[in-house]
Amino acid sequence: MLSIRNLKVEIGDKKILNGIDLSVNAGEIHAIMGPNGSGKSTLANVITGKMEEDISGTVEYQGYDLLELDPEERAREGIFLAFQHPTEIPGVNNIYLIKAAVNAMRKHRGEAEVDAIDFLKLIRAKMKLLEINESFLYRSVNDGFSGGEKKRNEILQMLMLEPQLALLDETDSGLDIDALKVVSRGVNSLADDGRAIIIVTHFPRILEYIVPDRVHVMLNGKIVHSGDKNTAHDLEKYGYTWVTERINNPTEAVA
Amino acid sequence: MNTSTAQDISEFVGREYKEGFTTDIESDTFPPGLDEDVVIALSKKKNEPRFMTDWRLKAFARWKKMQEPVWAHVNYTPIDYQSISYYSAPKSDADRPKSLDEVDPKLLETYEKLGIPLSEQKMLAGVAVDAVFDSVSVATTFKKTLADAGVIFCSFSEAVQEYPELVKKYLGSVVPSGDNFFAALNSAVFSDGSFVYIPKGVRCPMELSTYFRINAMNTGQFERTLIVAEEGSYVSYLEGCTAPMRDENQLHAAVVELVAMKDAEIKYSTVQNWYPGDEEGRGGIYNFVTKRGACRGDNAKISWTQVETGSAITWKYPSVMLEGDRSIGEFYSVALTNNYQQADTGTKMVHIGKDTSSTIISKGVSAGKGQNSYRGLVRILKGAANARNYSQCDSLLMGDKCGAHTFPYIEVKNPSAKVEHEATTSRISEDQLFYCKQRGLSEEDSVSMIVNGFCKEVFKELPMEFAVEAQKLLGISLEGAVG
Ligand SMILES: Nc1ncnc2c1ncn2[C@@H]1O[C@H](COP(=O)(O)OP(=O)(O)OP(=O)(O)O)[C@@H](O)[C@H]1O
Ligand SMILES: [Mg+2]
Repeated sequence: MLSIRNLKVEIGDKKILNGIDLSVNAGEIHAIMGPNGSGKSTLANVITGKMEEDISGTVEYQGYDLLELDPEERAREGIFLAFQHPTEIPGVNNIYLIKAAVNAMRKHRGEAEVDAIDFLKLIRAKMKLLEINESFLYRSVNDGFSGGEKKRNEILQMLMLEPQLALLDETDSGLDIDALKVVSRGVNSLADDGRAIIIVTHFPRILEYIVPDRVHVMLNGKIVHSGDKNTAHDLEKYGYTWVTERINNPTEAVA
Repeated sequence: MNTSTAQDISEFVGREYKEGFTTDIESDTFPPGLDEDVVIALSKKKNEPRFMTDWRLKAFARWKKMQEPVWAHVNYTPIDYQSISYYSAPKSDADRPKSLDEVDPKLLETYEKLGIPLSEQKMLAGVAVDAVFDSVSVATTFKKTLADAGVIFCSFSEAVQEYPELVKKYLGSVVPSGDNFFAALNSAVFSDGSFVYIPKGVRCPMELSTYFRINAMNTGQFERTLIVAEEGSYVSYLEGCTAPMRDENQLHAAVVELVAMKDAEIKYSTVQNWYPGDEEGRGGIYNFVTKRGACRGDNAKISWTQVETGSAITWKYPSVMLEGDRSIGEFYSVALTNNYQQADTGTKMVHIGKDTSSTIISKGVSAGKGQNSYRGLVRILKGAANARNYSQCDSLLMGDKCGAHTFPYIEVKNPSAKVEHEATTSRISEDQLFYCKQRGLSEEDSVSMIVNGFCKEVFKELPMEFAVEAQKLLGISLEGAVG
């Protein structure tokens, strides 16, 4: 579904992404971990089109040369980003934005606008799953939402848009323990054979609820290690220095 | 109506124009120029009673002695008042497009986006089909309902003929003929407009609107509107030109007077979208308007809500004179400037009675090279004990070639008054835009959604259909403003 080859981002003389290779197939869940500033959000920005310059390498998604598409076209082709820092849009009702987004997708697929009643039914069901109060629909987008509420709202939008490829940028940061379970339940309700999910996180805990097929470790703009779900625990145990050492001594296998 | 009938009509009207061409032009347009004789001739043409002619002449005498105002934040080439013709019958058929084929496609595209039906598109574009879509006949549909309630709603000319006593009593009672340069000019030469009278205790059974009439008339350079709400009555009045109108007459100087008696309420909403000029700043309307309401009795309330997206230059300060105790004045405004548009708009709230209160919410959106100024005056007179004012002026900038300016003037002569003023300036942020696009919205829809959000507090004051139109208009006016 997604195939990234030798992706580099250089701003000025600063190398932010330094040759990323990553392949994600339909039905897979990948996790990306890595210290602050290692380039995780930048990778998401390149995939979604927020960053459009200073890029080399290729990003292929479902047969498209993704870097050629506008951000909105990528979204309509099924790429969704749950933002690390969701933006506030004062005066715009949450439900209004979500409905406009749903309709933009439908229009792209050649479908008629969503029926108002069907839409309300569906969004209520999703809100119930995510334990979000209905009043959030009528508040301005993310305006005055707490950190955790913003994250839940991102997942609500994701469930309404049913993306093919979902990128979750630190969705777990700022969620309390119960909220993490609820949000994970929401994410798992989306996961199926046809979709792929990439979770960016600093914590192994979320990966206990949403079990990844692959875990990638990113360091200085590069994926320096990829392993199975246990990688997250190894990281927690040994820290990122473990990975660095592993690169320096590739023969030294870690049990 | 189906297309073939529409064709029949346009053919019919087109034929008529050939026959009527010379007489129309010769008899119904005054040569350019303005002097006392022109004012007298105009009044005579309209068959006005003596008091009206005298009133016009007095205004003209004042105007002659006045200086055209100069503002720091509005620039335009001076108007030659002697080169304007001060009486012209509704635009003659000769000047009109004969069918939609002759109308600028860009204009039609706009109508299309607004979702205006074809029949109305023709009317708005000034295609000569008034014979059928005559707004007067539209109005008469409701005439009976209104008459049963005792409401008078008619053209100003009709009011002068039918209700001269009412006109005489209230005309100029809020905006005196010598109030300012443009009001004086309007008083001398106004062509037509609307008159509304709501009797005591009556809640006007429907929203009154000049939507059709102004469009059908095709131009109204010097309109005059007078609304009188007697004790305990209520009226909501909509004034709209919701489609761009091309017009070679550049100056539009209207006067609106509102009178609200004890316990009466007047809600006056405007969506103004006169032709703003092209991308290069050529053409467009100079919109110099004096709008003022008087809360004459206790507990009276006047609300102005305006959405201004059009005109090359807008100079307009809808105001409220809060005379009665506990009377309320409100001003909700969205002013948008794009390309080379300039808007200098705001309000005046004059607190005279005790416990009076006023609210000002102004939202200025500037894009392109647009210049947007808010100019507001809150004056609290000595007798206005416990007066309250809350003002909030927010500016949104798009791009770096536009400007927003805020000029609040506050004069307080009573120490018990409480006046609050808040002002913010912000830019449409890349993050907000990207957020919307990431959800699949186009750049234009994203901008329009964010701007509409910014203007929400004002839009929610508009009657429903107007709010929808206003939102669409904003979207259209902002096309190409970003990127
Ligand atoms: N537009 C930009 N201009 C300059 N530097 C940038 C830009 N965008 C990102 N960076 C830098 O690139 C590096 C990677 O940033 P990024 O946000 O991708 O990190 P991250 O891995 O998501 O970190 P965190 O875990 O803190 O969210 C940082 O050093 C950041 O300052
Ligand atoms: Mg990040």
